[in-house]
Amino acid sequence: MTRIQNTFETLKSENRKGLVTFIMGGDPDFETSVEILKSLPHAGADLIEIGMPFSDPVADGPVIQNAAIRALENGMTLKKTIEMVRLFREDNTSTPIVLMGYSNPIHAYGEKQFFEDIADAGADGVIIVDTPPEESADLVAHAKDNHIDLVRLATPTTDLDRIGIITNNASGFLYYVSITGITGTASANTEQVSAHIEQLRTKTDLPIAIGFGIKTPQDAKTMGALGDAVVVGSALVNTIKEAPKSEVVETLHKQIVALSNALG
Amino acid sequence: MMKNTKTQHSAGENYNAPDENGHFGPYGGRYVAETLMPLILSVEESWKDAKNDPKFWDEFHALAKDYIGRPSPLYFAEETTKDLGGAKVYFKRDELNHTGAHKINHCIGQVLLAKRMGKKRIIAETGAGQHGVATATVCALFKMPCTVFMGAEDIERQKPNVFRMKLLGAEIVPVTSGSGTLKDAMNEALRHWVAHVDDTFYIIGTVAGPHPYPEMIRDFQSVIGTETKQQLMEKEGRLPDTLVACIGGGSNAMGLFHPFVQDTDVKIIGVEAGGHGVHTNQHAASITGGSSGVLHGMKSYYLQNEDGQIQEAHSISAGLDYPGIGPEHAWLNDIGRADYVSVTDDEALEGFKYLARMEGIIPALEPSHAFAHVMKIAPTLPKDHIIVMNLCGRGDKDIFTVAEKLGVEI
Repeated sequence: MTRIQNTFETLKSENRKGLVTFIMGGDPDFETSVEILKSLPHAGADLIEIGMPFSDPVADGPVIQNAAIRALENGMTLKKTIEMVRLFREDNTSTPIVLMGYSNPIHAYGEKQFFEDIADAGADGVIIVDTPPEESADLVAHAKDNHIDLVRLATPTTDLDRIGIITNNASGFLYYVSITGITGTASANTEQVSAHIEQLRTKTDLPIAIGFGIKTPQDAKTMGALGDAVVVGSALVNTIKEAPKSEVVETLHKQIVALSNALG
Repeated sequence: MMKNTKTQHSAGENYNAPDENGHFGPYGGRYVAETLMPLILSVEESWKDAKNDPKFWDEFHALAKDYIGRPSPLYFAEETTKDLGGAKVYFKRDELNHTGAHKINHCIGQVLLAKRMGKKRIIAETGAGQHGVATATVCALFKMPCTVFMGAEDIERQKPNVFRMKLLGAEIVPVTSGSGTLKDAMNEALRHWVAHVDDTFYIIGTVAGPHPYPEMIRDFQSVIGTETKQQLMEKEGRLPDTLVACIGGGSNAMGLFHPFVQDTDVKIIGVEAGGHGVHTNQHAASITGGSSGVLHGMKSYYLQNEDGQIQEAHSISAGLDYPGIGPEHAWLNDIGRADYVSVTDDEALEGFKYLARMEGIIPALEPSHAFAHVMKIAPTLPKDHIIVMNLCGRGDKDIFTVAEKLGVEI
């Protein structure tokens, strides 16, 4: 059983919804980012997404765009993001890590090499937001070869025909984008999300994590009731930007504890 | 990763790119967020339907004739030919189009498709403002609300075009993310589109973006090459020997080149913006100075560092100031069907000044790049060699930039 499967099994047996925390790799700098990363499971993160910074993140709102710029300006690279995973695994072997980002840095790194290196470092899954299933034949093969889950996104625009295309070759979990928009902007319409997720459940057995626009413990509770996990990104990234460096881990810890508690 | 598929694809008579998924060899495709996929697929469906509908093309050609002013003349530049002392030089005069450049060709085509799809509003990105003006123009004509994303930096540099767009009724959204230039405007337009998929059509400004845009925009712009072929046949009774066009994203070039791709005796040359030189890090030459990558919905050549971060382009010409290139150019380069060269800011400026004095034509800085290359090759070619260059825009918009460069206050 993979770490991701194991995590969702545990959540189910404990009758709890999972908390997925997103941070940008190398934000605000490499050392602080590693310290933050290592602290997340203690605060209550069940699964961790690390953003791979990219200069032109077209699916992200200003908060995550700026996090990527901060990281890149401080010398972050894809190689260093993979190194973060390796450092995390030194003292955590149970919390799954999913790397999330855009196609171009992976293309520049070399796709095959990327999957080999992240598997070796201890990552569990990958989300490439600008590469739909139609462009993924090579990625699917590399992911399978290295036992990495290729996590897919479903959105409010996903109809029942398309869900089959999306979940074919998907594994780990399904990431449900709860709004038609970019990260950290609008809040979702609960009734629509609920109805749509019920529809999607008829077509896939994958656990569903709901993300985009989830900021507060109340949002987490509301959306948690509809899926198997919720993803909180921009709200945490914003804390990393705003909190004084000496207090960032502690401030983030409190925020994540509150989010985790809201999920039961 | 980039396999050389030269042997699998004919560069000549059998050229038939893209394939059904919008791939030109390894380039092109649809690299967009999942939220956009259903919309992109429906644009593709509608485009397939429209391109096989003679009524769609009747409407396009009627507007091309009476609104744009097509066909644009094919002009034998006798003075230039004599002065350069070699090949015969012809200009395809797309600078005489309504709005002053070739951009209007693909804007008419795309707005007709938007209308056919029942979309209610239009968005576009613009760098220099030429595509923004052309989009605002067709939106005024078709009574569609129009929002143009433009880098905050470019808004400062291109005030006359900003005012034109406003006169035409468009809303201008300043883009401050990233570096505040064309690539960021395109990022922001894509972000906006993701949040407005139901009622909005995105009129893209070059042969770039996710499939079907590169193919669709090429097919609208191909009116340039198709006319050229016919006009040169009337004047010279034969095909040209060499085609020359400037390339930012590559829409005017693709429009001239495409109808000749299967005529393998015709040499095709694309001229990229070399800025301060492709050996510096200040240029916009994605093929001659970049490498393969993925951005703005497509796989193509981009300016980027070794970590795959996109780098800023630089060119004296705002219209060429883009760190990528249309995927079909990437493919024509790889299969050896077209040659891509670069011309520096200074060389383009010389071309600009030369054309004004020699022909009484003030060209845009974009085709001044193409002309600078013509100035290099024409003297080396025999007198019966025919060059056709796409004079794709006029220079009114550039007089401020040129004056500043020449140290003149106006």
